[in-house]
Amino acid sequence: MSQEMLYWQALNRAMDHEMAADESVFTLGEDVGLYGGSYRVTEGLYAKYGEWRVRDTPISENGFTGLGVGAAIAGARPVVEIMTINFMLLALDSIVNGAAKIPFMSGGQFKMPLVVRVPGGVARQLAAQHAQRLEHTLMNVPGLRIAVPSTPQDAYWQLRQAIASDDPIIVLEHEVLYFTKGQVDFVAEAPPMHRAAVRREGRDLTIISYSRHAVLAQEAAEQLAKEGIEAEVIDLRSLRPIDWDTCVKSIEKTHRVLIVEEDCRFAGAGAEIAATLTERCFDVLEMPAQRLAGLDIPTPFNGALEAATIPQVADIIAAARQIGQAAQTTKAA
Amino acid sequence: MERETLQHMLRDMLLCRAFEERAAEEYTKGNIVGFLHLYPGEEAVAAGVLNACGPSDYIVSNYREHAHALVRGTPPREVMAELFGRATGMSKGMGGSMHMFDRERRFMGGYAIVGQTCPIAIGVAYAIAMRGLPEVVVCFMGDGAVNQGTFHESLNMAGLWRLPVLFVCENNHYAIGTEIHRHSAVAEVFKRVAAYNISGEKVDGMDVLKVYNATKHAIERIRRGGGPQFIECETYRYRGHSMADPGTTRPAVELKAFQNVDPLNTAKREVEFRYPTAEELAEVGPDNIKSFADHLLDGEHLIEAEIEDLKQEIQKSVEDAVTFALQSPQPSMDAAWGHLNGNHRHEVLM
Repeated sequence: MSQEMLYWQALNRAMDHEMAADESVFTLGEDVGLYGGSYRVTEGLYAKYGEWRVRDTPISENGFTGLGVGAAIAGARPVVEIMTINFMLLALDSIVNGAAKIPFMSGGQFKMPLVVRVPGGVARQLAAQHAQRLEHTLMNVPGLRIAVPSTPQDAYWQLRQAIASDDPIIVLEHEVLYFTKGQVDFVAEAPPMHRAAVRREGRDLTIISYSRHAVLAQEAAEQLAKEGIEAEVIDLRSLRPIDWDTCVKSIEKTHRVLIVEEDCRFAGAGAEIAATLTERCFDVLEMPAQRLAGLDIPTPFNGALEAATIPQVADIIAAARQIGQAAQTTKAA
Repeated sequence: MERETLQHMLRDMLLCRAFEERAAEEYTKGNIVGFLHLYPGEEAVAAGVLNACGPSDYIVSNYREHAHALVRGTPPREVMAELFGRATGMSKGMGGSMHMFDRERRFMGGYAIVGQTCPIAIGVAYAIAMRGLPEVVVCFMGDGAVNQGTFHESLNMAGLWRLPVLFVCENNHYAIGTEIHRHSAVAEVFKRVAAYNISGEKVDGMDVLKVYNATKHAIERIRRGGGPQFIECETYRYRGHSMADPGTTRPAVELKAFQNVDPLNTAKREVEFRYPTAEELAEVGPDNIKSFADHLLDGEHLIEAEIEDLKQEIQKSVEDAVTFALQSPQPSMDAAWGHLNGNHRHEVLM
């Protein structure tokens, strides 16, 4: 039943399926209509559903995201596309003061069936204003849920689940992943939207990551296996809430954890993950939770420097090797 | 206009005044805490606008919205209980003075970020237009909101897609403490909306009949497919920005000058910066409620005794609201978690 496709195509199919199933679903954003979306995610939808359901907006991020918030409390199911996460900074008022607060402030009278899709991450030499990771900003906002799909299958499942949900959900899509391929099964039952996935089993250490770096962590794990180090790889799939139980279960087996993130290290997503897992797993951890993260510096334009600011596969291998070797020494003794 | 509508509007205005003055009293007693932005002086706008729209229309309001909720029909008990932060309040004690919601009456909330009502209102309007429904959205804002980016972004989209929104600017001349000529390059707000292909007009916001008629016509134009409309209601708040603001930066004679009692006095603005005392307010002469009541008496729509009865009845309902609020239970932390849809406790998954 499954079919091979690109990440953006999986998102496109998810949009199409939800729009066909429910007339209250509509999408809006810069160039999502006639132009087809800057990463092609909304390609073909304008012709199929018309301008009221696929709306090209002016460049007014806070205004059109706020429009989504208003439409959501009036019974529609908007999917707002913000062209890149960097521009989302302009829309934070609508997301943080609006979407995340209204269900709560109204004493539960209003639901917020809003999806905000945001491409982001470090792509290829887009420079400091187009290569930010802002997951930490969103993670600290009660009321929001954050999905971070890393595969075409998850992109399909999680976007459909996000649209069907009555909560405000941010879908962080990684710009480098749009043109990665994978199998997508349209009929298989999806796991819950915020359940983490164990991508690879291992006994020596647990590598926890999300989005593009969950893919890199798997690559690293395959190479580590050739050296005899068996890493368990967990793809979080969601940054709010986080599926702690899956992480804890893995650490109880491996006793070591490496958190790999593209986010900047200081107060980044990994800081929360490391802190909580240290609290929950202190007794079973044989060494402190380790973090491998982006450097605390704006992304340089220069390609070599850009690569040096975020963890690469070789960096993950090196960090895991150190932890894994320590594990094998302990076990041998 | 029907006698019943006239009486109804007078009743609404008297209720708003009595309710807000009583809320101020409860604030000084410590029963209401936090920010409290009061409405006295602006009653003609709430009463005129909200009586001219229909029960199926939507209302989006800002943080000076107690009066809007009252005129919309939310029982004074629920409004007062929300000011007290009680579980029986219209937002269950989670929103407070600045965040009143009444889903049943399509009162889509009070918002405390200046200018935020604009994008939310065009969103509600978009949901209406997309489905081809006949409703209209009334979007309140103050004169301080018109310099926010959201105002311009939203008016542009409303004008572009001809969304069914009536924007109502309650121009009370002050963005907290900064007078309009010191915050806007063009102080006549209604002129600014022409840039977005929206027709705007200015009405005397101290005259409830003018506000009512302007709103009625604007809503008719919207329902006929005429696109968004904009009304600037020129008004004045008698109190400071909030209970935390004594209003001392405003000249004592300004209120008088505003009502054109003696234009010569405006010269005193430059030298006399202080908020008028209760005595000074009293001698200013007819305010919006008094002049409307006089109009109804002159036209024999009402007799003096009826107005007195009305005042007493309203005072009773306000006292009842205070008693109700005082006796209402405090909301629980469990209830607070319950209102946070989907994201219950951080550790709990799904």
